[in-house]
Amino acid sequence: MATAHKDVCGTLEGKATRFGYSDGLLILGTTDPRVFVLDADLAKSTTSERFKKEFPDRFIDCGIAEANMVGIAAGLSLMGKVPFTSTYGTFMVDRALDQIRVTVAYGELNVKIVGAHGGISVGPDGATHQALEDLGTMRMLPHMTVINPCDVNEARKATLAVAAMQGPVFIRLGRESVPILTDDATPFEIGKGITFEDGDDVTITATGYMVYEALLAHEELKKQGIHARVLNIHTIKPIDRELLVKAARETGAVVTAEEHQVMGGFGSAVAEVLVQDCPVPMEFVGIKDRFGESGTPDELLTAFGCRAANIEQAVKAVLARRKR
Amino acid sequence: MDPMLTIQELKHLATEIRKDTLRSITAAGSGHPGGSLSAADIMTALYFRAANLNSPTDPDRDRIFWSKGHIVPLLYTLLAYKGFFPKEELTTLRKFGSRLQGHPKKDSPPGVETSGGSLGQGLSIAVGAAYAARYDHLPVRSWCLTGDGEIQEGQIWEALMAGAHFKLDNLCAIIDNNGLQIDGKCSDIMCIDDVAAKLRAFNWHVISIDGNDMEQCVNALDEAKTVKGQPTAIVAHTIKGKGVSFMENVVGWHGKAPSQDELTQAIRELDAQECE
Ligand SMILES: Cc1ncc(C[n+]2csc(CCOP(=O)(O)OP(=O)(O)O)c2C)c(N)n1
Ligand SMILES: [Mg+2]
Repeated sequence: MATAHKDVCGTLEGKATRFGYSDGLLILGTTDPRVFVLDADLAKSTTSERFKKEFPDRFIDCGIAEANMVGIAAGLSLMGKVPFTSTYGTFMVDRALDQIRVTVAYGELNVKIVGAHGGISVGPDGATHQALEDLGTMRMLPHMTVINPCDVNEARKATLAVAAMQGPVFIRLGRESVPILTDDATPFEIGKGITFEDGDDVTITATGYMVYEALLAHEELKKQGIHARVLNIHTIKPIDRELLVKAARETGAVVTAEEHQVMGGFGSAVAEVLVQDCPVPMEFVGIKDRFGESGTPDELLTAFGCRAANIEQAVKAVLARRKR
Repeated sequence: MDPMLTIQELKHLATEIRKDTLRSITAAGSGHPGGSLSAADIMTALYFRAANLNSPTDPDRDRIFWSKGHIVPLLYTLLAYKGFFPKEELTTLRKFGSRLQGHPKKDSPPGVETSGGSLGQGLSIAVGAAYAARYDHLPVRSWCLTGDGEIQEGQIWEALMAGAHFKLDNLCAIIDNNGLQIDGKCSDIMCIDDVAAKLRAFNWHVISIDGNDMEQCVNALDEAKTVKGQPTAIVAHTIKGKGVSFMENVVGWHGKAPSQDELTQAIRELDAQECE
């Protein structure tokens, strides 16, 4: 069981996962000469400009042309490079979906696609800029690996790990600072979830920022005598079936939590596993089939039901269903 | 390395390639003859003379990207004639279990550089490959075939911008300017004449040729290899369905397989042109 978060949960000043991406890129810049970084006029926001400053000859700003950026990355990968493409998640996924599907995924190309500004916590820019369908869209594509790190350190590790593997990958990043839950000792392996809290009463399985809210919910539930198991599932595809099924079997009730549309997203991914291998009552926390809107990240997380309180409520609901 | 083929030999080869392409489409019962026939001459010149391509796995080979993926029957025939896979397999086109998918699938068979079929994507890939080749100081050239209807896609113009901006003189776009798309004439559907002028305005070196004249094809491809500081676009004016009288300039032959009788007639006509 990983314990790093116990010391730091909510106490350390947080950092946005997008900085973990460029932390990783800066390491890769020196360790892996195959790595190229492409952006579409948002290098400051995605933080890829940190790589540009250090390794200008391996950075390509493609201008505001996302489809072309994915194509260029594809061409680079065909010549043995390991290209990372980044821009806001909405534009990365939606604007270039055809290119990602036909050229990258179908071709099984070694292109790493990075969608920054995932989730409702993007804030005041509103619905057009809040990627809420990115994980689900990418998860549907054959050959695609999908990763959603929970903090800046995990984002760095994910960046390093995907460069070392062969094949197409999508990584989601967030705009806002989020608490740091992991440290250098916390394991990171693509496809392997991490148990953050042990407990046998119920499972809360979360991804990305919602891992933090799940830990807050865990603390609150503990006070009420409910011992929740908390899983950090950073890899949404391929998902850690073994860990999920074991948790479902041992706790008999599961709540999923994501800063993303529940429909087709992480909750659906977990349900697809459990309904086959260990059907138990489930509740889903996340965005419920609606577009985002403007507001502060805090206001929006609350308004869209992405809080520890929502998880707590879902736990109560799922436990009530299990009793029946 | 193939011995350098003469213009006459290339012409003969293009005819044989046209015939086998049509045979494969008839065997499949579906496919795209019109654009395959219009591009047959310049692509034969590219594969058998201009491009450095002896093995589909040679890291220093030229990269040829087929952005207009629907005319993949022509690509398969060229690759079979290159010896990259057995010619007998050509008639498995579009059949269940075949390597010869209805639209290109990377490495299936060897020599298919990238997946495609959704129009507009190939030139961006060619830009990326040219960029990497230059970065690594490789002798690799990057070629890309597009249709004239296809260049209505915005992504093509994104790639044109990028190719010129990065000054990729190891990059060449070939536009098969056959004047037709699916719904009719390109000039009626969405006219972008004068294409050559637009390409020049995008800072490309432009060569306009009769793309069904083998000598002009060879010369244009050779010229592209000598241009410095900017990419080259060859605007190949062609006839859709070239070589088969009842297919020439007929919109309906964009994506329809010839029947057995029509195939017989087509082959008779192509053979007759050989004797001329
Ligand atoms: C993105 C996309 N839209 C539509 C199609 C369907 N389609 C296939 S071929 C074609 C016409 C292409 O015309 P052109 O580029 O002129 O090709 P050619 O005349 O050489 O066959 C269309 C619309 C497609 N394959 N991809
Ligand atoms: Mg055309």
